[in-house]
Amino acid sequence: MTTLPLRVGGLSWQVRPRAVVLTLAGLVLLALLMALNMRIGDLEMNLADVVTGTFDADSAGHFVIMELRLPRALTGALVGAALALSGAIIQSIARNPLASPEILGVTTGASVTVVAGVVASGSVYGGVSGLLSTLGIPALALLGGLLGAAVVYGLAWRRGLDGYRLVLVGIGVAAVFTNVKFWLLTVGDVNDTSRAMIWISGSLNGRGWEHVTPTALALAVLVPLTLLGTRSLDALRFGDETVTALGVRMNPARALLILAAVLLAAVATASAGPIAFVALASPQIALRLVRAGRPPLLCSAVIGGVLTTGADLIARTAFSPLELPVGIVTAVLGAPYLIHLIWRSRK
Amino acid sequence: MRLQAAGVKLGYGERIVVDGLDLGIEAGTATTIIGPNGCGKSTLLRALGRLLKPQGGEVLLDGKRIDKIPTREVAKILGVLPQAPIAPEGLTVADLVARGRHPHQTWYRQWSSDDEGAVTEALDMTGLADLAERPLDELSGGQRQRAWISMALAQGTDLLLLDEPTTFLDLAHQVEVLELVRHLHRQAGRTVVMVLHDLNLAARYADRLVAMRGGRVISSGTPHEVLTEELLGEVFELDAKVIEDPVAGTPLVVPIGPRTRPAGPAA
Repeated sequence: MTTLPLRVGGLSWQVRPRAVVLTLAGLVLLALLMALNMRIGDLEMNLADVVTGTFDADSAGHFVIMELRLPRALTGALVGAALALSGAIIQSIARNPLASPEILGVTTGASVTVVAGVVASGSVYGGVSGLLSTLGIPALALLGGLLGAAVVYGLAWRRGLDGYRLVLVGIGVAAVFTNVKFWLLTVGDVNDTSRAMIWISGSLNGRGWEHVTPTALALAVLVPLTLLGTRSLDALRFGDETVTALGVRMNPARALLILAAVLLAAVATASAGPIAFVALASPQIALRLVRAGRPPLLCSAVIGGVLTTGADLIARTAFSPLELPVGIVTAVLGAPYLIHLIWRSRK
Repeated sequence: MRLQAAGVKLGYGERIVVDGLDLGIEAGTATTIIGPNGCGKSTLLRALGRLLKPQGGEVLLDGKRIDKIPTREVAKILGVLPQAPIAPEGLTVADLVARGRHPHQTWYRQWSSDDEGAVTEALDMTGLADLAERPLDELSGGQRQRAWISMALAQGTDLLLLDEPTTFLDLAHQVEVLELVRHLHRQAGRTVVMVLHDLNLAARYADRLVAMRGGRVISSGTPHEVLTEELLGEVFELDAKVIEDPVAGTPLVVPIGPRTRPAGPAA
């Protein structure tokens, strides 16, 4: 029995015990990784130090925990969850395990505007790490992500939205955006572009509460909305005619879910840059663990948080004192996984 | 009149397939639409099931314009099984049939005992209870088609539209599916509209036939009224003898040859 009915009065749901157990296990793993992230770094702490550092404002570790490690770890977990949820939605709608927010133009669009902003504001050394990085870059990324998605959506719309067409158009637009990005990087000042490179690899370095709060707020709104759309998502996996036959208003349902996916990916990218592969891999890992028909939403989100937090732990510590952008680690881990997926789908 | 097309103009973009067609489906009848390839029979069925929006005229469900009724409400009255429907990979029969409950569910009532009862009943009626946990792609063509019909049944509608439910099936499986449809029709007085290619099966399993050609209804009535040698010539350009089906007593079409013979060896 893969599902169990849960009925309370007139309310009823179907529950997958496997999904519940795995989601809870994922949350425990996430908490462990967060705790490790608190302990490990230039200033090694034991668990007691972490606890006093968290709650005692006068302790030596307080600043390190509350201003550096905790907001960074939280940003990682939230961004990972948002990307994974976005990927789970898109993969379900496109009926394609290789779909991700990248094909919606979000991440590539954000990269173009951020690089353009950095290059345009350039020549002033430190311009990027100053005002532009606290407010300017996230805003630019959000704007670019939404614009990129609008371009893809506009080009893919033909009296309705077809998942296959969306993927093809998305791949084409992503290629164009990526080349514009590289062109901008070649014409920009070397100092500016090297800073931009860190951002477009996806990095959690220096992320503070100003990144945690907007991401958390966005998730607080978007996650419940997405969960409300779960049933539509189940219906949308069928052929278009069956979807209508079942009484689903196909185009509005599809558009709303894609909008949620776009917003989730855009907010995540605005906070941490385009972290690679999390959106692609997490839903597929969740799908295989839970053995469901489509990526389970909440479980994907938790796995996204685990992957990103775990990858950042590696990024911070593997080559200490040198720090890698977390996106490099997820890419190195994700590339073999992607090849594995393509290999499987060929068979 | 359960379902009615009034002066409908149907097509795909610029290409108009049906223009100004009238058709009424009465409650409790089993109607089969026949006609040569490209005559617009599937297009008409799709319009009757609001899968295709008419470019002119209107479709009425129980006297109300179908496009003015929320699609979810329509789904509680009318079930449509499209031609060659697509299901997600790896889906089990039980999951497929459960999906039929969609129009009756909300986010806070996703799996009521009504839902469970309707799915169990639909699986029993289509003889699929033992195959419920099997993935759809592992079933035979006939079983798969029964699973889709079962999903439409779980929807709990008393009006069923089936677009070529027997395509790609061998004769035994065609009969198996049509026997099921007949049972559903007779057992609860469901109104059924089908598109079929096989004229003899159409005559046997329908109490009304509608013959179409070039987007127009040429003839409609009982199988005996519609399936005449003259009509076969007019609608299908087929020279044929119509005799009595020795089993069912319905008209049986025995083809002689195309009316306009293609170039070939002389007979």
